[in-house]
Amino acid sequence: MKDNKITIALTGNPNVGKTTIFNAITGARQHVGNWPGVTVEKKVGTRKHKGMDLEIVDLPGTYSLTAYSIDEVIARDYIVEEKPDVVIHIVDATNLERNLYLTTQLMEHGARIVIALNMFDLSRDRGDQIDIDKLSNLLDIPIVPTVGSTGEGIEKLLDEAIEEVKKGPHHHHVVGYGKEVERYIGELATIIQKDERLSEKYPPRWMAIKLLENDEEVLKKVKGSKIESDIKDKLKTIDTDELEALMADKRYEAIGAILPQTCSTCVPKMSVSDMIDKVVTNKYLGIPIFLALMWGAFEITFTFATPFMEIIDMGIGWLAGAVSGMGSGWLPSLLGDGIIAGVGAVLIFLPNILILFWLISLLEDSGYLARAAFIMDKLMYNLGLHGKSFIPMLMGFGCNVPAIMATRSIEDRKDRMITILVNPFISCGARLPVYVLLAGAFFGRAAGSVIFSLYAFGILVAILSAMLFRKTLFKGKPSPFIMELPPYRLPTLKTSVIHMWERGQMYLKKAGTIILLGVVFIWLLASLPAGVEYGSEGSYAGVLGKVIAPIFAPLGFDWRIAVALIFGFVAKEIVIGGLGTLYGVGEDEGALSDTLADSESSGIYPANALGLMVFTLLYMPCIAAVGVIKKETGSWKWTLFALAYGTILAWVAAFIIYQVGSALGYGG
Amino acid sequence: MVLLPLTMMREGKEGRISHIKAGRGLTRRLIEMGFVEGALVRILRADFRGPVMVIINGSKYALGRGMAMKIMIDDC
Repeated sequence: MKDNKITIALTGNPNVGKTTIFNAITGARQHVGNWPGVTVEKKVGTRKHKGMDLEIVDLPGTYSLTAYSIDEVIARDYIVEEKPDVVIHIVDATNLERNLYLTTQLMEHGARIVIALNMFDLSRDRGDQIDIDKLSNLLDIPIVPTVGSTGEGIEKLLDEAIEEVKKGPHHHHVVGYGKEVERYIGELATIIQKDERLSEKYPPRWMAIKLLENDEEVLKKVKGSKIESDIKDKLKTIDTDELEALMADKRYEAIGAILPQTCSTCVPKMSVSDMIDKVVTNKYLGIPIFLALMWGAFEITFTFATPFMEIIDMGIGWLAGAVSGMGSGWLPSLLGDGIIAGVGAVLIFLPNILILFWLISLLEDSGYLARAAFIMDKLMYNLGLHGKSFIPMLMGFGCNVPAIMATRSIEDRKDRMITILVNPFISCGARLPVYVLLAGAFFGRAAGSVIFSLYAFGILVAILSAMLFRKTLFKGKPSPFIMELPPYRLPTLKTSVIHMWERGQMYLKKAGTIILLGVVFIWLLASLPAGVEYGSEGSYAGVLGKVIAPIFAPLGFDWRIAVALIFGFVAKEIVIGGLGTLYGVGEDEGALSDTLADSESSGIYPANALGLMVFTLLYMPCIAAVGVIKKETGSWKWTLFALAYGTILAWVAAFIIYQVGSALGYGG
Repeated sequence: MVLLPLTMMREGKEGRISHIKAGRGLTRRLIEMGFVEGALVRILRADFRGPVMVIINGSKYALGRGMAMKIMIDDC
């Protein structure tokens, strides 16, 4: 603590309502960054309380201080290395035993702890009688009952946190590991104390325990120190394999000794959650219920998004009109043809994406999404993936960028790589307008079925590619699948909206940055050299199109389509805007549809149109998706692979469609 | 008393964990989540294929089949 500033870390098991507490403490005063060196989000918020400036750091959920996944390494390193002034440990009041396991480890490390006994309302309502004072005394840790969703107990929690910091370092009760292990701990701690650098930074007892547990990260810390050989010699004489389970048992034993004294009724019984699970995970009902919910989510998305999309469309139309009133010249052209048309094409899907992500957040916060992962695990396993890969796939229907980021919860690298590489084949919201326009223009009443088939085809390609990658590039079985199924809860509006916004803003950011740059670049290509008609054959875009046209000729695409597809790299919906420009009809989609549908003059027949839709579905992901693939895989090699794989697949598929279609008389 | 892997248990049955036949990392993870020797598990869902759903100490987990095979249960 310095100058009335206190750093507080929030830690706890997954699904204990940590984020809700974080939001309740900090409100809107939070920002999201990245942890150094890794792409896991770091959420930091601030709060003033009783004249103190509090900085709250939300750590990723973890079951213990023994690091397993990347999230857990971050949580542990922060507590161990950064030493926050106080740790608020959020404990699920309805599941004390497992939650207290982490408490025993925090105590061992010597961190100053305040326990937030969260979801206290649930445990109270089901009739648990927790003797908080006694539990607090036995653990020697202040405990505050909280209800994150209503904010109950938050003020008191902060009071206690500040009190705890003022108390300064003090001794906590710790778990006793029995005579034999305690002797080893003592011997190792004595050796560690000889190295001032290490023993000043890390509590020797804690280090000794971690060494006995064969913790690789802690072994690394010893490496290169002057006591390295002494420690190694000592460890050689001990059979640590046997100790690990024994030590875990002792921790549970210590918890088992405390719990019955403080809570006589905390016995789990059949709950509403179990009854819901009986239905939604039923062998026969599970999949139909799941499909019905998904269908409902998409139905609601499209129904409710339409009026909002029309409003945005009107706004963009009004802006474009205002700009064209500025007269001719390069500036109105840049603003109108370039920026407003391009960024507008992206913004118009914001309602779609926000509503879909909000519904996904509701399903996730209610606990259903974890069940969906359970239901899908059998299918996903056959594809060489497991249940956790399913959630990013679902999000891909909104936007592939947050979907690819959502793969972070998958621990195994191979599983995660496959999930990332196949995600772009899930038709995101941006591809829909391309389907709608072309299917509407060329397939009339069958347009709906054509669009549905394209979505299904994308899923099929993702599935086949996943199986192919698992058999060739990432050999082996999917990593063991284990996932907690949290009890069902009524999601709150606030939490689900925050959740939606965190994902939705990535889409908005892309419109403001990459796409803005992209549309300016396209505008330059279409307007230069000076004096040419916008997007005509004489412009750089036209010249470029003529150069690459031969590559696309076997697919039945002329130079204008080739250029539009290149524009589509910025964002796939721009393919439509690009075609509008190149066919000289501008932003009017009705006119564009009529122009394209006139096959004689446009050169596009049903076979070309279907090929173009499939090509748009499969070919290289948009710039934003490429950026996020690079960031998440950390490798240019795999990013380029994703680009090449998709594009080659797209070419082959469009080629087959066009050639077969032409042979059947649907081509030009 | 019979020793069975978790996947062989029938739905609705209970048993105590005897031991876990997995590698270090996996064993540790399971222990942290409450799968300790002697803990009482109830099987909520177990089909012939696909994952199993169990409840242990009031927490519900989905376990992939491969992982569930490694957990040995005293059927009681």
